[in-house]
Amino acid sequence: MALKNSFKSKKVGVVGVGSFGTAIANMLAEKNEVVVFARKEEVVEEINTVHTVSGRELNPAIRATVDPSELCRHCDILFFMIPSTGFLEVVRNFAPFLYPYHIIIHGTKGLALNLGESESLETVQKLKRSQVLTMSEVIMQETVAIRVGCLAGPNISKELILGNPAATVVASKYNEVILEGQRLLRSERFQVYGNSDIIGVELSGVLKNIIAIASGALAGLGLGENAKGLLISRGMVEMVHLSKALGGSVQSVMGLAGIGDLVTTCNSVDSRNFTVGFRLAKGETLDQILATMDEVAEGVNTVRIVDAFIKTAGIRAPITENLHRVLFEDLPISDALQFLMKYPFSVDVDFV
Amino acid sequence: MEEKYIKHRYDPIIPSKNEWPVVKLARERKEFVKKVAELAEARILGLTGKNPDILKEELETTLYREKLRVKQNPWAVDPDDENEFWNEVKNSLLQTNNDTTLDRERRFLAYQGLLHRITSRYAEEIASNFKASHYKFTRSIVTYGFARLLNAARVKGIKSIFSTQYTLQDKIQITGQTDQIRDLATKGTIVMVPTHFSNLDSVLIGWIISVLGMPPFIYGAGLNLFNISIFAYFMNALGAYKVDRRKKNLMYLETLKTYSKEAIQFGCHSLFFPGGTRSRSGMIESRLKLGLLSTAIEAQRANFQNGLNDISGKVFIVPVTINYHFVLEAPGLIQEHLSTTGQERYYKENDEFSTSYKISKFLFKFFTKGSDISVSIGRAMDVLGNYVDEDGDSLDKRGRRIDTRDYFISEGKVTIDQQREEEYTNMLGKRIVEEFHIINRVFSSHLVAFVAFELIRQKNNKLDIFDLIRLPEEEISIPYEEFRDACQMVLDRIFELKSQGKIDAAPHLKRGIDEIISHGIDNVGMYHAKHPLVRDKQGNIATEDMSLLYFYHNRLHGYGLEKLF
Repeated sequence: MALKNSFKSKKVGVVGVGSFGTAIANMLAEKNEVVVFARKEEVVEEINTVHTVSGRELNPAIRATVDPSELCRHCDILFFMIPSTGFLEVVRNFAPFLYPYHIIIHGTKGLALNLGESESLETVQKLKRSQVLTMSEVIMQETVAIRVGCLAGPNISKELILGNPAATVVASKYNEVILEGQRLLRSERFQVYGNSDIIGVELSGVLKNIIAIASGALAGLGLGENAKGLLISRGMVEMVHLSKALGGSVQSVMGLAGIGDLVTTCNSVDSRNFTVGFRLAKGETLDQILATMDEVAEGVNTVRIVDAFIKTAGIRAPITENLHRVLFEDLPISDALQFLMKYPFSVDVDFV
Repeated sequence: MEEKYIKHRYDPIIPSKNEWPVVKLARERKEFVKKVAELAEARILGLTGKNPDILKEELETTLYREKLRVKQNPWAVDPDDENEFWNEVKNSLLQTNNDTTLDRERRFLAYQGLLHRITSRYAEEIASNFKASHYKFTRSIVTYGFARLLNAARVKGIKSIFSTQYTLQDKIQITGQTDQIRDLATKGTIVMVPTHFSNLDSVLIGWIISVLGMPPFIYGAGLNLFNISIFAYFMNALGAYKVDRRKKNLMYLETLKTYSKEAIQFGCHSLFFPGGTRSRSGMIESRLKLGLLSTAIEAQRANFQNGLNDISGKVFIVPVTINYHFVLEAPGLIQEHLSTTGQERYYKENDEFSTSYKISKFLFKFFTKGSDISVSIGRAMDVLGNYVDEDGDSLDKRGRRIDTRDYFISEGKVTIDQQREEEYTNMLGKRIVEEFHIINRVFSSHLVAFVAFELIRQKNNKLDIFDLIRLPEEEISIPYEEFRDACQMVLDRIFELKSQGKIDAAPHLKRGIDEIISHGIDNVGMYHAKHPLVRDKQGNIATEDMSLLYFYHNRLHGYGLEKLF
């Protein structure tokens, strides 16, 4: 009897079935019973009958539901795999069914704003740190769950689905969450590292998207590998300073979620952020690009928020600032490049 | 006058003192001390992984530090056999170390025996010596004696000494969630966490607790206070256990924590000063000492483990702020703060509470002149910082009932996870600081000190804090008009914050601004030899002591009010 009970362990929940969510759900399903949440009835129907979601295959053992309460009831551990734009809304839908025993691990590399009802990024004069939330901070603010963690690292969904070797970082203030994340995700092809600096790891994943857009732009302009090396190393320095200003540690940027993810994304033609930069360099406008993308390029929103924050905090971040001017103020890309080449960087490394 | 506080007589919540948890604990003192010693021993063994070499190292460290303490920093309160005891420990330790005939197992047992002796000694030293008869006597001394003094001072005439027109409650107002704490004290276990500015706080809180009709709380009082006989008596009578800040070794700290945790589990209401010591800067504590606080969380988890899932096993955290116009020790405290934070040369500490004579003098002054104190009782929270409702159930931010037990659950069971509980302790600490700021009650004296200091800072914006403090006092003069406008500006902001529930204000702040200012200047640090604030002959605002002004100014630190300047 006791044996039977121990086998009947709880299910694992995955919220969101985008490309990353699907990849993670499949990896989790290798060792556990998995339930996924999708907002649309037809998507749930598709998963439960033909075991695919927008063309991607899903492990046939995975069940889907549209009901947040069902997911929360069956699962003690939930993976939130949704874009930052919809994050707040989904978390709010789940909040009434979450209890302090729930563990939540998210894989969203974006930022949210914590503004009053009538305020928006355009109307606020200043953007303080307290008005910028990482996704774990959104979860802590909106729900009663406090054992929260995040997933970050070079994890291109396509490659994960192929089963190529890869690794990720599970970050949380709670060892318990890291250990659970490792237990659930680790496999022969997937290594899982732990980090207690959750803010630093989240920020690494978020900030590298800015650099990825810039990298795409360089590729679009056909500027070659020297330029890319320059961008990646200066980009890393900028990430370090921004992360410190927002409350992360230098070490996390040096890790898998920082450098690891940065190098991967800056070289990946499949990355949405890279694509935005690439197409910009080819002469398209931001509106044209966004209109033809089916999934969100987190970096665009991140540039806006971080740019507002650095203006308030009074720090300089030349790549972010110039990218903001290119994206939202119609600065020609060549002018931005000129500006960056003339920018007086005098010291190579000034943070260690 | 609009300052009408309801003078409430609270009936005792537990009429029979034999039912008081603290009396029960005193009855079982011997067994309790033994239990604490054993549990502490087990904890330390757990920490050393039952490895004889690590245990030996810990014993040697403890011995070394204790020998050093006995030699360099002896106190009157230390037992006579201190030296003897540690010499014995030294000898047994040497003997065990050198005895080559012992195998690993027997060596371990020998070390364990030593550990047992040490934790037993510590547990005995820490344990309180509560006696209900002493408590009653002290209580009546405090209430009756102080009332006589008060009436003698306020009601004129020869017969005034027997007048009952004024009582202590006229001097010390209790506001806030008094009914909630009384009610919860009958159902669960309370851990009260007050701000700490003065040595008088422990006696004051003890009196408040008794006025509220609650049985005495146990609390950790600095062993140094037991050096002073008058305090030692009061402390013992109020249920204090002893905390010796000289002893920083693992064995002592673990015994202390075990004592606190077991007492909470026993059902004893407890009192922690979470700032650890008196606030040196005059600011509301922002970084709390989490050691004892963690024992509240541990005790709560242990109760859940033992199946005590209802309110009888629930631990409630109640923040309290004590608001003064005047802190007797202020000059010493602020000097210490300035010398530890940096640049001022070493300043010899002048402990104004060092003799019974000085204390009596202060008390007499306190009762014969008008200086009010108010004590604000905050809303009760669970050990994770969630507010609780009238049934003691925890509520989340949206008012949904949640079960505190869920925080300790992994895979369906209550588990011990030290790292998790450390994080919970950090969170609880942050919540307590937030609550302190919410229930903090602004007095006129805080306002005027804050405004005066900020104006001086504004005029000398190139100077850092240490240069500011050294400004020659005779050169400082703020025109009254300017001062008045600034006070009004800050006051408006305070009332704005109050309407948002972020701070509290004393009723006397509803008066006209001129009246508030003169009330504030009269009261701020009123018994110091040098006054923090005075009005000169032209009616301008001046100071006689910049450090003191800084100290009283700091009370309003942490609200962003300085940004108004």
